[in-house]
Amino acid sequence: MRAPKPFDPESCRSQFPILTEPPGGLPLHYLDNAATAQLPAAVLTAVRRHETMSRANVARGVHRLAEAATAAYEDARSAVAGYLGVTDADEIVFTGGTTASINLVAYSFGETLGPGDEVLVSELEHHSNLVPWQLLATRRGVALKVLPVTEEGRLDLDRLPSLVSKRTKLLALTHCSNVTGAITDIGPIVAAAKSVGARVLIDGAQRAPHGPLDLPALGIDFYALSGHKLYAPNGVGVLWGRRELLSKMPPFMGGGGMIAQVDLETGTSFADIPRRFEAGTPPIAQAVGLGAAVRWAQALDWAGIAQHEARLTGRILDGLGAIKGARVIGPTGLQGRLGVVSFTLDGVHPHDLCQWLDRKGVALRGGHHCAQPLAKRFGIAGTSRASLAPYNNDADIDALLAGLEDARKRFA
Amino acid sequence: MSEELYHEKLVDRAQAGRAKGRLDQPDKTATLDNPLCGDRVTIDLKLADGKVLAAGHRTRGCLLCEAAAALIVEKAPGNVPAALLPLADTVRQFLQKNGPAPAGWPAIEEFSPVRTVKSRQDCVLLPFRALAQALSS
Ligand SMILES: Cc1ncc(COP(=O)(O)O)c(C=O)c1O
Repeated sequence: MRAPKPFDPESCRSQFPILTEPPGGLPLHYLDNAATAQLPAAVLTAVRRHETMSRANVARGVHRLAEAATAAYEDARSAVAGYLGVTDADEIVFTGGTTASINLVAYSFGETLGPGDEVLVSELEHHSNLVPWQLLATRRGVALKVLPVTEEGRLDLDRLPSLVSKRTKLLALTHCSNVTGAITDIGPIVAAAKSVGARVLIDGAQRAPHGPLDLPALGIDFYALSGHKLYAPNGVGVLWGRRELLSKMPPFMGGGGMIAQVDLETGTSFADIPRRFEAGTPPIAQAVGLGAAVRWAQALDWAGIAQHEARLTGRILDGLGAIKGARVIGPTGLQGRLGVVSFTLDGVHPHDLCQWLDRKGVALRGGHHCAQPLAKRFGIAGTSRASLAPYNNDADIDALLAGLEDARKRFA
Repeated sequence: MSEELYHEKLVDRAQAGRAKGRLDQPDKTATLDNPLCGDRVTIDLKLADGKVLAAGHRTRGCLLCEAAAALIVEKAPGNVPAALLPLADTVRQFLQKNGPAPAGWPAIEEFSPVRTVKSRQDCVLLPFRALAQALSS
């Protein structure tokens, strides 16, 4: 691959129409990227081109448009495989998003589990990597074990040996916390899983938007991500799984497209992967958008972006350190983290803060961020959260910090 | 818009309300959560002679929620339950359908900027729904 052009935040920003021409002509400091990222022109163009030039259903028709749609959909699969370091594109299953991907594993892989088996989750998981396992526990009598979180808002990996045993069949943990921004060290998790023959599912919703990956090299078995956080449309996501595992798993949803043969007398046999897990008409245009997004992302200078985002993250952390009554929930340093910073401000409720900042065009997220057990762990109802993407700049951070000081004066 | 939303009267009301805590031995009490944000309101009531004698609250919530709870604690005493029960609905109508402020509760007008902020209407309604639930408990 060609070496990427050195990262230039302003030229990156200029590729995002919603940022260069914010709606209503109002300033926009979009710091809610962990919830949903914005779309670059390359993705908007690809989706529009697909919908105007090759819109049809996939893998069914033989007419020109159907051929074109199928080719575009499969091309997107290859692009995603490339971004994730996966050589066998059949291991890429398109889903509706991270939640759908995890539910797929919980229902399909979960069918092979029962009483006496255990699944390990953690205290800081997003509800979408928690509730599917709670449902599995109720459905099949599987026991849930919970890895605790350190004071710094990281997985307490030292506790793995005491929680992983021969009964453990799956470790389902996040690659990066959507609340604390802490990045998970996957090595010890895989080692612990291997020592007992368990599988590893990683929730990549937050990590996937921050640069290409080499999933097989991580030694994990499943990876889930969402398109809408990865500069792509919503309604599409990915489940990656190892071929030998996916091929043995029973279907999750039944319907068109996932069968080999349907017969009312002799029963139905199922298609090979990935189709076996893509029942019904898939999110075609969204997948095409995701393909364009990962191609766009793969061409970026991620080392440069990491530096840029770390510098901005440092500014947020320093700024919070200087604001009276502000408390960071999560790592206060720059090591082993992404640009997701959660904090509380004494006497100011996150929703009042977010509403107040919105008047200056600063978009933050407030609340429990679908991680209520983590909020409980820190004895709080919720936090305000600023989360970065490559297109954020110093003006965004200036507006954030000025708004926080202003809110403190107003409310605290 | 937020400028109007967080006008001084409302902010003062919310902040003053923090000092008024729960009642010691309430006759009736109810706790409600807003699942979207994790906010939680408890409303306590003491009743005598068929009327509310005193009200208390504990609010872990935003300013709008705190102000609504504070208003309830201030204005509910002296009312008969039958006058308080429909409040949750009249306040909802006030916010969502431009309805009038409930009779005897002109201070509800302080919440009128919330009419245009749909995402925050539940914050105001939560304490009123807790009040109704406490009364029916
Ligand atoms: C860590 C994490 N996991 C899972 C999800 C769920 O993603 P989606 O709602 O796109 O399915 C999110 C999204 O907020 C997330 O941050």
